[in-house]
Amino acid sequence: MWFAVLAGAAGCYALKYVGSAIPGHVLEKPSVKQVVLLLPIALLCALVAVQTIATNQTLVIDARVPALAVATVALRFRAPFIVVVLIAAATAGGLRYFGLAS
Amino acid sequence: MESTAADWLTVRKEIIGNALSIGVAVAMYGVSFGALGTTTGLTIPQTMALSLLMFTGASQFTLVSTLASGGTALTAVIASWLMGTRNAAYSMRMTPILKTSGVGRLVAVQLTIDESTAMGLAQDETAYEGRASRLAFWATGLSVYVLWNSATFIGAVSVSAIGDPKTFGLDAAIAAGLFALVWPQIKSRIAIAVALGGALIALTLTPFVSPGIPVLAAALVAIIIGWTTGRRVL
Repeated sequence: MWFAVLAGAAGCYALKYVGSAIPGHVLEKPSVKQVVLLLPIALLCALVAVQTIATNQTLVIDARVPALAVATVALRFRAPFIVVVLIAAATAGGLRYFGLAS
Repeated sequence: MESTAADWLTVRKEIIGNALSIGVAVAMYGVSFGALGTTTGLTIPQTMALSLLMFTGASQFTLVSTLASGGTALTAVIASWLMGTRNAAYSMRMTPILKTSGVGRLVAVQLTIDESTAMGLAQDETAYEGRASRLAFWATGLSVYVLWNSATFIGAVSVSAIGDPKTFGLDAAIAAGLFALVWPQIKSRIAIAVALGGALIALTLTPFVSPGIPVLAAALVAIIIGWTTGRRVL
């Protein structure tokens, strides 16, 4: 078990490190710069989509979907961060509490 | 940008407040992780080592669940690496903003996760000579680190979790929180295309490949669109 714990941790640190070790001039190239700028957007939006619509390997529509929809409306009205988060939690928690969604 | 000291104090207060609330939401999952670790056969020190050293939630959950479902140590390790690959893209993006070196760089690297990157990038990069972005990254990274690890310990020793975080809608809250943080970055047409394309690819692949890969595949969208539009202003 210690093998898995330590090897897993070492690899994950190395992955985080690799990105920081790329020399600055490589990242200055316009096309590379654009890719680096867009990468977190693609990854985080994909993550949000998966966190909202997937459970393991199954696509599921449950309380998370209306919660994210309400959060998006709040964002359009420029609600502060904490309000967006609380509204999403309340929507999902509320729907589950009243048995309206799983 | 015109800015006064009073403005900065307000901005700083808001950033720190947000960083703490992200930490609290994430901590609820830390309790679950701690409980999962010790109930699936890891010792308390092993569970803690994962939160302290690996410190990237998705990889930690993947490693533990792979072991729990009968996977070999090697499969579990590789699955956790796969989940952690996106952090490489995050540190690539954050390093020039953070302007760290030496030990500071090594610590920043460890704190580079979804939440700290999203918070750092949610700020205007040029505001207060970049101080807002740097504070957002560090405050979120440290807040999550301290709370995630404390929560893991509580979960690991008490075993019984506070309850399913889903009851409180925390799964939706974390997704909404991350979305709120990317939101300011998806203004241009190119960024919107990348956001939608990334989400679409990830969802399309979800039923067919093991968890972690769908999100990673979204990187392709950024690479293709970024490479072909490189000379255009975002």
